[in-house]
Amino acid sequence: MNPQAGQMPRHLSQVPIHVEDLTVAYQETPVLWDVDLDVPPGVLMAVVGPNGAGKTTLIKSILGLVKPVAGQVLIYGQPYETQRRLVAYVPQRSSVDWDFPTTALDVVLMGLYGRLGWFRRPGRSEREAALQALAKVGIEELAHRQINQLSGGQQQRVFLARALVQNAQIYLMDEPFQGVDATTESAIITLMQALRAEGKTLLVVHHDLQTVTEYFDWVTLLNVRRIASGPVSEVFTEENLRLTYGGRVPFFTTANGPQATLEAEKKH
Amino acid sequence: MDFAWLTTLFTDYTLRTVALGSAILGVVSGTLGSYAVLRRQSLLGDAISHAALPGIALAFLLSGTKLPLVLLLGAALAGWLATLVILAIVRTTPIKEDTALGLVLSVFFGAGLVLLTYIQKLPIASQAGLDTFLFGQAATLVMRDVWTMGILGLLVLLLTLLLWKEFKVLSFDPDFTTTLGFPAQFLNVLLTSLLVVAIVLGLQTVGVVLMSAMVVAPASAARQWTDRLGVMMGLSALFGALAGICGAIASSLVPRLPTGPAIVVCISLMVAFSLLAAPHRGLLWRWLIQRRRRRRIVLQTVLLNLFQLARQHPGQEHGHAVAVLDAMMCGQVSSLPSLRVLAERGWARELEAGKWALTPEGLAEAEKLLHQQEQAS
Repeated sequence: MNPQAGQMPRHLSQVPIHVEDLTVAYQETPVLWDVDLDVPPGVLMAVVGPNGAGKTTLIKSILGLVKPVAGQVLIYGQPYETQRRLVAYVPQRSSVDWDFPTTALDVVLMGLYGRLGWFRRPGRSEREAALQALAKVGIEELAHRQINQLSGGQQQRVFLARALVQNAQIYLMDEPFQGVDATTESAIITLMQALRAEGKTLLVVHHDLQTVTEYFDWVTLLNVRRIASGPVSEVFTEENLRLTYGGRVPFFTTANGPQATLEAEKKH
Repeated sequence: MDFAWLTTLFTDYTLRTVALGSAILGVVSGTLGSYAVLRRQSLLGDAISHAALPGIALAFLLSGTKLPLVLLLGAALAGWLATLVILAIVRTTPIKEDTALGLVLSVFFGAGLVLLTYIQKLPIASQAGLDTFLFGQAATLVMRDVWTMGILGLLVLLLTLLLWKEFKVLSFDPDFTTTLGFPAQFLNVLLTSLLVVAIVLGLQTVGVVLMSAMVVAPASAARQWTDRLGVMMGLSALFGALAGICGAIASSLVPRLPTGPAIVVCISLMVAFSLLAAPHRGLLWRWLIQRRRRRRIVLQTVLLNLFQLARQHPGQEHGHAVAVLDAMMCGQVSSLPSLRVLAERGWARELEAGKWALTPEGLAEAEKLLHQQEQAS
């Protein structure tokens, strides 16, 4: 366990993810507004908020996939472009076409393409690493299965294995529990907690408010603006949840207000 | 049967040239088409090939020659410009890709037709024959063109092979490709540019209107037969080449049958056959699986119905009328075929005409099935 786990270091060079004044807009509509966020090392942090709150956009801006209007993101004090190798990304399962003609092992190998660099093909050591990653998520026997023959939970495990094989310090996961069975959900959370125990930092977009206290130690509540961020025991309060999901959302009631209220009503 | 035409494939200069050219075009468009199909860019091929027409016309107007190399260079530039315009529209405006494709296709093709009409009215003798690029005219191929196609095609294939893993991950998950540190946008433009070259190679033979078939069809047919990208691409290239050669031979056998359309008809037949007959993904295969499943369910239902009747009437010697069993199926399916299958397996027998009962084995089987169903639920 990292001795500094859960503590905010003084130096930016020790902060895994530092987000400053981040503002992102799609066609004039702000999706993230002036977001500040520091993720301390060795935490398992959930990002929660209603649909359209900008959770995915937050992750994509950290990865440089979305260009912000303003603000910056630093990974251990440096721009992301120079720190790519330290960050692994697990996109939403529905973001790719699972009918693509390839095997589970092949998808996991893709996690090593960056390290291989241009032109070089994966060899035996890469295959072994990929098989080990598949074993860690418990589906090594499905390595040569065509990916459209896998269940939703198995596909999610393949995506996790692809991130594991990157052997990163920071893991960004977009709704890893979406549409998976209970067995897979508990396998995934066990894996995440094991990663945290190794001192890795995890930022996870999460939808199920019921399990936040059980699964995560840190949480960020987001609804276009950052509502609160900190240890679950401190910031996961009814007041903050109301600010995030219901009541009046400051600034952009037209964009998210009615929907957010509706969701909050369903949940309480 | 007379196989003389087969030898003419090797001896007849025109046929050999056309067949070779068509095969090369089939291999290259089949390979690059695989990526286009997997990336859901099938329509992009159509847009590129149609957009090539104004390029051909402008190249002729500017250079005054009808040298294929010059005209195809114009075609490539126009096709490439069209893809860049499409990419730019998608990136900078709220217009979706399909609309952008449709816009660019029709605008470029329209401009091409206008230029073509203008050229035909020019008082010069050399203008004739430019409209063959609409549907292609393979007979105009000479060995020098085939060499050009071969070398360009080889370059395209080599690049595809060299950037195999980069193009693969780009096609599967572009965002992830970016996070790996690869310039996804550059790779995207490069792959599309290779597709432009593949399309331009076929314009002289197949023409701007039908060329998109050579991009989409071999890959769609190949996808039916395999679940591996490499195999798919190999098969796609093979199908493309076969269609090219078949089309060339067909048009040499049948008078007035143009090569380009003949090639497209050949590849379409392959697609139809693949959609129908391929294992796992083929319609025929799925229909057979469904029929087998349906039969098994009916068989099990009849078995359980007989079991239920046996419980109501103690004694195995009590026969039950087929009409009763049919009524238990709500008149939807006839029980008799299933009863015969049950009899074959020794699970049921016909006591007297039209009266059926379970055998002891059948009774045991029904109990086993009931037990399984309970456990499943």
